[in-house]
Amino acid sequence: MSKDYKELTAKAVQHLASLEAVAWLRVGTAICGQAAGATNLLQAIPSLAEKRNLPFVLSEVGCMGLCYAEPILDIQTPDGDRILYKNVDPALAEKILDSLAKGKTHKDNLLGAVTCKDKAIPLLKNIPMMKQQTRVALRNAGHIDPIDIFQYVASGGFKGLSKALNTMSASEVIEEVTKSGLRGRGGAAFPTATKWSFLARSDKKTKYILCNCEEGDPGAFNDKGILESDPFTLIEGMIIAGYATGSSNGVIFIRHGHAGPIERTEKALEACYEQGILGSNILGTDFSYDIEVSLTGESYVAGEETALMEAVEGKRAMPRFRPPFPAQAGLWQQPSNINNVKTLAYVPEIVAKGGDWFAGIGTEKSKGTAIICLSGDIERPGMIEVPFGLTIRDVIEKIGGGARNSKSIKLLQTGGPLGGVLSGDQLDIVLDFDAMATAGAILGSGGIIIADEDTCSVHLTRNLIAFCQYESCGKCFPCRLGMSHLLEVIERITLLNGLESDKALMERIGTSMQAGSLCGHGQLGFNPVSSALKYFKDEFDQHLEEHVCQTNQCSGPFIGPEKTRRWAHHTGSSPTAEVSDRFSSSQIQKQWISVLK
Amino acid sequence: MTIEGQAIRSKAKTALSNQSFKTVTVLSSLLAVHDSLGYLPAEAIDEVAKYTKTTANDVWAVASFYTNFRFTDPPPDTVELCWGPSCHIRGAMPMLQKVFEHFGLEQEGDSPDKKVQVRLNTCLGACSQAPVISVNHRLVGNLDPDDACSTIDGLLQKHNRGKH
Repeated sequence: MSKDYKELTAKAVQHLASLEAVAWLRVGTAICGQAAGATNLLQAIPSLAEKRNLPFVLSEVGCMGLCYAEPILDIQTPDGDRILYKNVDPALAEKILDSLAKGKTHKDNLLGAVTCKDKAIPLLKNIPMMKQQTRVALRNAGHIDPIDIFQYVASGGFKGLSKALNTMSASEVIEEVTKSGLRGRGGAAFPTATKWSFLARSDKKTKYILCNCEEGDPGAFNDKGILESDPFTLIEGMIIAGYATGSSNGVIFIRHGHAGPIERTEKALEACYEQGILGSNILGTDFSYDIEVSLTGESYVAGEETALMEAVEGKRAMPRFRPPFPAQAGLWQQPSNINNVKTLAYVPEIVAKGGDWFAGIGTEKSKGTAIICLSGDIERPGMIEVPFGLTIRDVIEKIGGGARNSKSIKLLQTGGPLGGVLSGDQLDIVLDFDAMATAGAILGSGGIIIADEDTCSVHLTRNLIAFCQYESCGKCFPCRLGMSHLLEVIERITLLNGLESDKALMERIGTSMQAGSLCGHGQLGFNPVSSALKYFKDEFDQHLEEHVCQTNQCSGPFIGPEKTRRWAHHTGSSPTAEVSDRFSSSQIQKQWISVLK
Repeated sequence: MTIEGQAIRSKAKTALSNQSFKTVTVLSSLLAVHDSLGYLPAEAIDEVAKYTKTTANDVWAVASFYTNFRFTDPPPDTVELCWGPSCHIRGAMPMLQKVFEHFGLEQEGDSPDKKVQVRLNTCLGACSQAPVISVNHRLVGNLDPDDACSTIDGLLQKHNRGKH
């Protein structure tokens, strides 16, 4: 162990002791917490505590994944008890702090205890949503302040990095990751160590590790969740990846607008530079590494690996032709590797605990855990981390509590819009990259959206296709025109004006898109329709032949982006001919002409 | 050059030179200027081109690609509405329809009184709290479709009280 790491841990122990000496209050202020009202709670707490002369420290933490219980107030007392409360508003916080000031425990809205002498309070790890979880990448989520580097160190942070830099060679690190069986969590499930070894082979001086947190998939919030809850884990994973591949720079790529994840990542990077975790001679060794944040504008395709590089270079996020592959000529034409946030977040624990430990979790070919986001008509929406090998039923029914209001599950939408849909009777599919692929399902980014019997599969398909159409970057015409055409057809089906020939027409468009598109967006863009046609054929036929929608959703409104640069068919003109009035308005033209003068 | 044009240029220049990112590109510059001005007027495009040593054409190419950029002066308040599948399933469509009507709109755009810009967002990232909207970048989840409009009005009022 190097001297610098020892110093850092000593400081962390001291820092932790100062936090634990008073009432330590934690409020989850990740995106989900904010949406549930955590900001109000956070603002109310200081004055409530001061009024009661309660010595306290207040930490903003990330998302524990128990989103149904947000806003969560987490109270750790100097005697070591740590109890969490669910759905806390300022009024309830007042009562909780009242009891606390009197040395008592408030008993309403209890979520669970991390540690507690009162055995009547259930332990957090035993509540239904936590019970089957194995937390590796999310081990610190909701427990530590995401921008406090000492809290991270106190919970074992940078142990893996110190071990790698001080006791292992670069090839030994890759060997360890090979042993762990880690596969990429961005969707393609490519073995991470193999990807790294491509990059390690290049002897160029400048090499990049890119971390993809574009995460434009509706229904997936786990990448943002990691950045908001524990950015240090990702940073540590990235530095280790940099060391293993002999790369010089790291880039964390985030979508502009997600203020929380961006701010926390930047602050975490700053703290790492201050403590000698980044920059020259990391932890006193001769390894140096730099990481920066790069933002993209709103574009879903920017999450595709080569489009991402274009965006980092400041251009339109359109995929590149391959070859050359990123490991040969990627960002700024230098050798590059792209890894998903989740993939890199596993690395510190793999190195610290050994590849064999990680390989002991999960199934034969899908090692480790899956990080899944549950949303839609589900009793307990949230972000969970479970070992591979569980069934989707375990995840939805045991962990997520099943469909809301005891209704039946009609449909699942997995792996982002391109993943398509599954029917509610396929809950016995095992969580495993290969088993899921065989069953025609995609784990993808890890989002699972549940819909009950009130949802019309055709109407939802229109939503998914509207998304795919809106987000087509426009580079390959089969995708650009195909998506518009598909949307036009699916739209008339939902308006109950579908034609008998429409199914065959969609099939033809879909096949062309698949054959003629450069990236996954066009290649998989037909999935929402093909999977819906497969599992909900009767409902489509009802719309097409009887012109009836049983849920009545199709007679309701459909809201989607009506006017973008990529949208024209609504006006009845050719999808390529129309220019949105965003650009053609005389106001802008006049303005522009005056500038040119 | 008009006085207004000069003011825009100087604000854009400040935003450009204050970029916090190590790697400065056309996109990072556009994001910085858009954050500062709230839109990309032609003068700003021109300044970005000068700053990044590219052409106005190149800058337009990038600006026109990303859907978060707008090119006309925005109203003071922003309401973003999520239409992603999680929100869709949790009843967003009829709710958003009501919100549009509330602001006198048929689709996303600026309200006729030019006070509020109503934007659709493909995913605000808080799917577990669907349906979700954001009012001046403050997220609100678990909306009751019937109360959405009054919730939005309340937040807009609160926000604007805070400003004075």
